Amino acid sequence: MLEHFSYIITVFLMMAGLFIVIARDNLIKKMIGLSILQTSVYLLYIVPGKLVGGTAPILAPQFTVYSNPLPHVLILTAIVVGVATLALGLALAVRIREAYGTIEEDEILALDHGVEVAEAEHAEVGHGT
Amino acid sequence: MSLAAHLPALQVVLPLISAPLAVLLRHRGLAFAIVTTAAWASFACAIALWLQVSDGSVISYAIGNWPPPWGIEYRVDRLTSFVLLLVSGMASIVLPYSRASIEREIARELHYLYYAMFGLCLTGLLGIVMTGDAFNLFVFLEISSLSTYVLIALGRDRRALAASFQYLIMGSIGATFIVIGIGFLYLTTGTLNLADMASRIGAIESSRPVLAALAFLTVGISLKVALFPLHQWLPNAYTYAPSAVTAFLAATATKVLVYALIRFYFSVFGESMVFERLPLPQIMLWLSLFAMFGANFVAIFQDNLKRLFAYSSVGQIGYITLGLSFDSVHGLTASIVHLFNHGIAKGAIFLLIGGIVAAGYKSGAVSPAPTFERLAGLGKRMPLTSFGIVIGGLSLIGVPGTAGFVSKWYLILAAMEKGQWWLVAAILLSSLLAVVYVWRFVEAAYFRAPPAGEDTRSEAPLALLIPAWLLVAAVVWFGLDTSFSVGTALDAAQQLMSNSR
Repeated sequence: MLEHFSYIITVFLMMAGLFIVIARDNLIKKMIGLSILQTSVYLLYIVPGKLVGGTAPILAPQFTVYSNPLPHVLILTAIVVGVATLALGLALAVRIREAYGTIEEDEILALDHGVEVAEAEHAEVGHGT
Repeated sequence: MSLAAHLPALQVVLPLISAPLAVLLRHRGLAFAIVTTAAWASFACAIALWLQVSDGSVISYAIGNWPPPWGIEYRVDRLTSFVLLLVSGMASIVLPYSRASIEREIARELHYLYYAMFGLCLTGLLGIVMTGDAFNLFVFLEISSLSTYVLIALGRDRRALAASFQYLIMGSIGATFIVIGIGFLYLTTGTLNLADMASRIGAIESSRPVLAALAFLTVGISLKVALFPLHQWLPNAYTYAPSAVTAFLAATATKVLVYALIRFYFSVFGESMVFERLPLPQIMLWLSLFAMFGANFVAIFQDNLKRLFAYSSVGQIGYITLGLSFDSVHGLTASIVHLFNHGIAKGAIFLLIGGIVAAGYKSGAVSPAPTFERLAGLGKRMPLTSFGIVIGGLSLIGVPGTAGFVSKWYLILAAMEKGQWWLVAAILLSSLLAVVYVWRFVEAAYFRAPPAGEDTRSEAPLALLIPAWLLVAAVVWFGLDTSFSVGTALDAAQQLMSNSR
């Protein structure tokens, strides 16, 4: 069980992040949940990169087993993607706050639903005349 | 060093460098010129690549001269060149259209940013199609997705912001699932190159990480393809985005991800593992049927024309995945052909709806959403636009003479091959649902009187009409002359099935 400790943490973070995205209405909290989900993926890639008995990936004559540097490269890219997504999400949250006056998703849905009901009534009135 | 040898790289690089140039130059006319030139150049590259692989060969291009499988490889085969033509062709048509369309729909000082984001979106989509490296696919996927979120948020209605945020959350979950799947594949096979993965996966096919990778990839890609029931982001995103953005996304974004699904299923996991040993055909069959019937049914009750056709898109994607679930050459041909046919039909319809919105702005409305109240008597006011939408609608139904008929023909052929006669009935029944919502438009446009004071002819401006009618003409052309679309799709399907284990 203890050898898979890192995978247990990975799955826990993944599920925690996904739960926050689904269960929380606040847009900022959703973005934080998304970040936690993406962080678990970084762990998923990097932890198996450290081979058992592997040394740092610098060629030296006395070592035969090296840790894998490629996952680190991949995750650097993934971290940049995550940061860009977070920045974009936060920018959208700021614009939504300006446009709606709230960043709680249930209130935004209620406001939109109110607009849609008003539009539907307006259309019916238009047909009636 | 001939230019022809570097076509695969140029295809992606030209739109990529046009985007930061557009931002640096800040001037909307120059930004438009640069990005449109890059789109046209990439369309020319796509045509050249299609000619190069039309004999069945596969182009393998090593980025930076690092040989695969250690370096990133761009791999072009028949299916790749087909989708490249669709994506770059749609960009080449939508960009000149957007110049007039975004005049009213997006604030002037943001126009150069629109072009830059369009260039990035085009780069991302072309890269997903072109690449032969799994992680590179994820990177291009995120490039196209992030620029798509920005493009959608540029819409005037404040609901565009909420739609973009919802799409961001769902799309990022999808992309994260895709990268988890790629991670499992990398950890078990030790390589990221798709062709190399295919050769190594044979030894470990039934191991749990590979099955988990298949599951994560399927769910992640299905989220981005908007396969029922993971389609929730699509109606809002298509309805509130600017017209040109809706047209481009409807024609290309989901189609490119279907290509990614086909690539993973056939060229990496292998047809026998995915379709014969796992119950994926049944799962896809039932999800496709729900999409075909459910989404088409919901489309009938929509008041906003854009929303109606957005739900129609979800239904049509059901046809594409239905063709995949048959696991036969004809089924796969039907999928690939419908990918193309639906792309041009939906692109044409949304471009024409953009014309309706533009006419609404011209007549003084503050935010002219194309609701049915506004569409009354459209046949008299905008005859060319209405007729174009009717032809597009006929293609969605699958009337002979339009492109949609060809894909439905191959779907029915594949169903008859399997002896599934109830499926033939299901396909025809769901097409009847499409008749209902197209008839709603015909009834509003041709059989209702226009609102008082608006019965003069005020057609959409030529700059909007010509690109849209180019696509409408293409819908009719590819319905009558199928040598290009079906020929390429059949060759691609046979190539995929024969190379797959």
